[in-house]
Amino acid sequence: MELLNTIFVAPFIDMFSAPDFLIQVLWEGFVSGILYALLALGFVLIFKASGVFNFAQGIMVVFAALTLVGVYALLQSLGLSPAFAAWISLFLTIGVMGILALSIERVVLRKLVNQPDIILFMATIGLTYFLIGFGELVFGGEPQKMIASELGIPSGSTSFDVFSGVVILEHADITAAIVAAVLVVCLGFFFSKTRIGRALRAVADDHQAALSVGISLNQIWVIVWFAAGIVALATGIMWGAKSDVSFALQIIALKALPVLVLGGFTSIPGAIVGGLIIGFGEKIFEIYWGGLIGGGTESWFAYVIALVFLLFRPQGLFGEKIIDRI
Amino acid sequence: MKKLIKIGAAVACLTTAVAATAPAYAEDVLYIPSLSYRTGPFAGGGTPNANGFADYFNMLNERDGGIGGVKIMLEECETGYSSKKGVECYESTKGKGALVYNPLSTGITLQLIPKAPVDKIPILSMGYGLSATAIGEKFPWTFNYPTTYWNQLSSILKYADSKGGLKGKKVGFIYLDVGYGKEPIPLLEILAKKMGFTITKYPVGVKEMQAQSSTWLKVRKDRPDWMIMWGWGAMNSTAVKEAAKIRFPLDRFIGNWWSGAHADMRPVGEAAKGYMAANFSGIGTSFPALQDVIKYVVDKGKSQVKSKDLVGDVLYNRGLFNAVVVAEAIRAAQKATGKKAITGADMRVGLETFKLTKERLKELGLEGFTAPIIASCKDHEGAGPVFIQQWDGKDWKRISDLIPPMNDIVRPLLEEAAAKYVADKPGWKTQTCK
Repeated sequence: MELLNTIFVAPFIDMFSAPDFLIQVLWEGFVSGILYALLALGFVLIFKASGVFNFAQGIMVVFAALTLVGVYALLQSLGLSPAFAAWISLFLTIGVMGILALSIERVVLRKLVNQPDIILFMATIGLTYFLIGFGELVFGGEPQKMIASELGIPSGSTSFDVFSGVVILEHADITAAIVAAVLVVCLGFFFSKTRIGRALRAVADDHQAALSVGISLNQIWVIVWFAAGIVALATGIMWGAKSDVSFALQIIALKALPVLVLGGFTSIPGAIVGGLIIGFGEKIFEIYWGGLIGGGTESWFAYVIALVFLLFRPQGLFGEKIIDRI
Repeated sequence: MKKLIKIGAAVACLTTAVAATAPAYAEDVLYIPSLSYRTGPFAGGGTPNANGFADYFNMLNERDGGIGGVKIMLEECETGYSSKKGVECYESTKGKGALVYNPLSTGITLQLIPKAPVDKIPILSMGYGLSATAIGEKFPWTFNYPTTYWNQLSSILKYADSKGGLKGKKVGFIYLDVGYGKEPIPLLEILAKKMGFTITKYPVGVKEMQAQSSTWLKVRKDRPDWMIMWGWGAMNSTAVKEAAKIRFPLDRFIGNWWSGAHADMRPVGEAAKGYMAANFSGIGTSFPALQDVIKYVVDKGKSQVKSKDLVGDVLYNRGLFNAVVVAEAIRAAQKATGKKAITGADMRVGLETFKLTKERLKELGLEGFTAPIIASCKDHEGAGPVFIQQWDGKDWKRISDLIPPMNDIVRPLLEEAAAKYVADKPGWKTQTCK
């Protein structure tokens, strides 16, 4: 009886006896969720275009963030003002991600058209190790400070007195949520309402069929890898602002896996809804139930949520139900 | 037939070439493998440590021609902080005449402890590893000078206790959820009972190092009076940022000596002002030995350090101190055996006999850098003191005297833990000390 009370009653009493804290938990869940969605989006874009899980998405986050702070340091040493140097660095980094996308298409993907998916997947593993080595060679392994304030990301926080308690909203978290939401909406619009978006869907369905109707597979791949590079840059800035910019950021990409399982590998709305479900779910479970089993539940609870959903929708929430003729 | 002769000749040439280039380091050099990690998620801590370690040996080579007239040969092997890779590094270098292993990882140390007596190469896990290896009788081949995680924890608790008492207080323990982070928990639980405080544990998974908001929401809910951290890598800066975010008083938040590096706090800057950490090695370059390192190694472009400003950082100096202990043990081994080029077994003797006294520290150009260490057969850690440093927004500043550990409480517990480790390992070789 005591056990049942601890599991089914006490956590809810906790929630409603401190509603200000519950609001804080929900806010943190929302911020995490939207950032997970952003991470997952990078994977979804490339999966949609090539049917390949991009193993290199995590290191692309690191590479983009390190390029940004590295270029900024270079421009600073030339005497440019911090804000000007930061914005120039941002545009130059976008350029670098463009060059990276072009290079990946030319050097890696072009040779692999129509190869089995596992070959493309292996190629992204190779790309990961190349970017790790290249990044370390150019930028070194030391953690760097993200140039958040220089880019105009506000610091500090705003407190609200709610239900005789306090809810703290970090300005950086608010900015992260807004940027992620805007990026997600823009990418969603771009890939669902534009000609390139339709071409992308055609490529995702069948490489050869897409080629036969005149869609340039190479061009689509460059665009998609570039878009994934921009998502990686945004992810690197937001997560980098929360801690630091180092190679540890690549681990954060692992947080996107349950989101992808839940939302489906091919759906942009799936990445958003999946991210939010995981964000809210893991925070609420860890805070109100985590203590019962020693805490630290976030490392696995997201997968439990994903597996529960998969029992009912194996293709993920928004994934395409594919029936193959055998 | 001609073809066979050609193949035979090629094989012979190859064999000769391999034999000629096969390392015979033990004969003419002091070969020290460095299991470093300059890549991967923990490179931010591994790189400065590896730089300090390498630069001190380079300086001895450049300035003194090595140790006792024998050049030191340092070979780095990249582990990426992975136990599996660490063991691979060990296996690939042990046959080259390795004198001692410094794994720079508790996980790797735990893997190497059983190998050390078999291969007769000692392990120096300086300020990390298995605390119980402090008991020399039970672990003849493993050393953890100048002090263990357990003793460090007792010094940290002593410091917290001196700031208003811990009795009746709540202490939160946030740790990286791997072997290293869990190491001091048994002692923490015992000391909580003895000192009358309660503990709440906050594990942080490697994947969650940079996503700690849940952990700190729990801290906000639990409202501990003190927070103690056993973190590493990006976990440290994230934890301090999250603590500041929930407005946890940073002058009630103490990290261990792996949670208090410049690399950790520089990215946080002003927001980390007030955060504290334990340390046992000096900060800065004001020591003559550090000046020699700059003169003979850094200024000559023989260091891997990216900028001269990074010399003297907490972890750079920690790596350098590690090299000092190794160098002193080599000298002691040379003296004890009368040999210039020593073996791993000789090195073990050196690690049990070196004396890093106050006077010796002065001779080395490290006066006040650290507390003296008197090595012994019985005590492989030295139960050295630590001091507390505080981040002022830009740099670490020492804010306490040396705080000796609660050795009277900790030593019997270490002996118990050592006996327990050995009990289920039949054939484990112990030693008797006078």
